[in-house]
Amino acid sequence: MRLIVCIKQVPATTKVKINPETNTLIREGVESIINPFDTYALEEGVRIKERMGDGVVTVLSMGPPQVESALKESVSLGADEGILLSDRAFAGADTLATSYALSMAVKKIGDFGLIICGKQAVDGDTAQVAPELSERLDIPFVAYVRKIVEITNEKAVVERMTDHGYDVIELPLPAVITVVKDINEPRIASLKGKMRARKAAITVWTAKDVQADEELIGLSGSPTKVIKIFAPKSRGKGVSITGEPPEIVDTLYGHLKDGHII
Amino acid sequence: MDYFFTEEQQMIRDTAREIAEKKIVPVRAELDEKGEFPTEIMKTCAESDLFGLYIPEEYGGFGGGIYENVIAIEELSRACIGVSVSFAGSGLGAYPILLCGSEEQKKKYLPQIASGEKLAAFGLTEANAGSDAGGVQTTARLDGNEYVLNGTKQWITNGGEAGIYTVIAITDKNKGARGASCFIVEKCTQGFSFGKKENKMGIRASATRELVFEDCRIPKENIIGKEGIGFIVAMKTLDNSRPGIAAQGVGLAAGALDAAIDYARGRIQFGKPIISIQAVQHMLANMAVQTEAARALTYAASKYIDSGAKSISKESAFCKLFATDIAMQVTTDAVQVFGGYGYMKEYPVEKMMRDAKILQIYEGTNQIQRNVIGQALIKESAKKRR
Ligand SMILES: Cc1cc2nc3c(=O)[nH]c(=O)nc-3n(C[C@H](O)[C@H](O)[C@H](O)COP(=O)(O)OP(=O)(O)OC[C@H]3O[C@@H](n4cnc5c(N)ncnc54)[C@H](O)[C@@H]3O)c2cc1C
Repeated sequence: MRLIVCIKQVPATTKVKINPETNTLIREGVESIINPFDTYALEEGVRIKERMGDGVVTVLSMGPPQVESALKESVSLGADEGILLSDRAFAGADTLATSYALSMAVKKIGDFGLIICGKQAVDGDTAQVAPELSERLDIPFVAYVRKIVEITNEKAVVERMTDHGYDVIELPLPAVITVVKDINEPRIASLKGKMRARKAAITVWTAKDVQADEELIGLSGSPTKVIKIFAPKSRGKGVSITGEPPEIVDTLYGHLKDGHII
Repeated sequence: MDYFFTEEQQMIRDTAREIAEKKIVPVRAELDEKGEFPTEIMKTCAESDLFGLYIPEEYGGFGGGIYENVIAIEELSRACIGVSVSFAGSGLGAYPILLCGSEEQKKKYLPQIASGEKLAAFGLTEANAGSDAGGVQTTARLDGNEYVLNGTKQWITNGGEAGIYTVIAITDKNKGARGASCFIVEKCTQGFSFGKKENKMGIRASATRELVFEDCRIPKENIIGKEGIGFIVAMKTLDNSRPGIAAQGVGLAAGALDAAIDYARGRIQFGKPIISIQAVQHMLANMAVQTEAARALTYAASKYIDSGAKSISKESAFCKLFATDIAMQVTTDAVQVFGGYGYMKEYPVEKMMRDAKILQIYEGTNQIQRNVIGQALIKESAKKRR
């Protein structure tokens, strides 16, 4: 069975800063990493292959040429091949245009059993691409999978995390799922994996290669318009009140009164 | 400092560093406290292909040398030398086979060690044979197609955890140093058992046990080389493994230095971070210089040995002696930089200082290293005079 893992290269989040004048992300000098949630998707793909005894793990990403490094890293972590959708025409894509481009690439790849994505990307935080992709391909979708209980060529039984517990869902394949952190602990790349990645050739496809409609990709295919990005004002340090409950209540009451809140 | 690693060496360092940071640092205090063997971490090292760095590719290894192994050991040691000795101890146990074993022995045992499927251990020391290895009393008697082993080895790293043991035993009491031989003994051989795990001052995550042989029968072909060369095998083994202990010292010192710098930047006394106090800076400067010098010597000695040089005892002893004395010094100074907090278990440096002490003792005490160096100097001088 072919497993397709969709990954996104994102800036290492803790280091992201916003330019206060232009309100845009400062990307210069910020290290790029594989979206952390996608590393769980990749690990799960590799584990399914290991569990089933055979299969191919294809990692797919859309982005600028430097995303090749993320795909090579994926090979070091157990993927068999990497495909990069890279073309100026894809630039400026929102989730709708992204899912369209990815769906065209998936159609070109052809036969597959399962598409695995991370639950969301840590830069945009939309969690939209995976469900949109399943719509585009007209196949079942389950989000927030925390365990794959059973998987065959025809179907999968998965546990979907909910606020209060989990659902057990059986779905026919092919399908799309997104996974949460609880599903596994991603491995550390082995030396052999890194050696393999060094030699791995990453396939690059343009918009033409996947026969994408130019109206539906990149900026022109993106109905989302970003009006403004701003950094929320920092709220300053909070006050922590300690002591016995009656004391705490008294102190709190004092604070509220002093602040003319009550 | 940049040592101009090859791309492969950088990969080894990055892999070992990732294991150290993600897998060792979060659990090292608990492993130390409980004296628990790092089974999971050893598994990760195996899955990451680290166990075969110095083993040729034909036996399932990475095809590197001592230098590559040293790079990995140093990185693991930054986090915990109780863990890194369990890793390095497997190499110590493997060297007799790699250096002096037959083709059949290499084919049979090295792939299992390179893959990390089995750990190895080396058994030389006994209750009455420490620095004086000649005092070994364990015996091996040939009986038909088998050797029969009797005796007890003491303080063997990876004892009970390893699957493959290389053991020194006396085959001919009358021949003195030429009466010893080296054997491969597999775990679960009848007549081979283990003593209790020692309760140690430091490197508490590592397993140190007795190996007990009671009429333990092993196939005749498990002898390494031939009868009588046991001490030669042991000395060759230690010459090759000692840079690994030096690397433990370098990594440990580097870890302690990092911790001390971080702490000194954050600790406020007299209204400013203590790192702005010159007396503290000077301590840190000394620690940094010593650590770098130890690293440079350890790398240089490793490369020298990997070059195929014939006499390596002196160089091997150089780096073991220097780097481990420095690890003791730097970890002690790190506790000093931390002050009273450094003495508490909430911070990692008290453990580092406890751990450091063993480096000056095992694989030949540092007095013995000086003896080795002294003897080499005499030999070299005599050669020149001739
Ligand atoms: C935690 C741990 C793990 C170990 N792991 C292993 C292992 O895996 N395999 C193994 O075979 N052994 C192992 N050992 C044993 C270790 O190598 C010995 O402890 C070491 O060689 C010293 O021997 P000893 O302890 O008997 O000290 P002794 O030989 O009794 O020495 C006592 C003191 O006398 C000094 N001294 C003795 N002789 C001389 C001399 N000729 N010149 C100058 N000074 C001298 C020593 O330097 C030391 O200071 C381990 C030991 C420990 C504690």
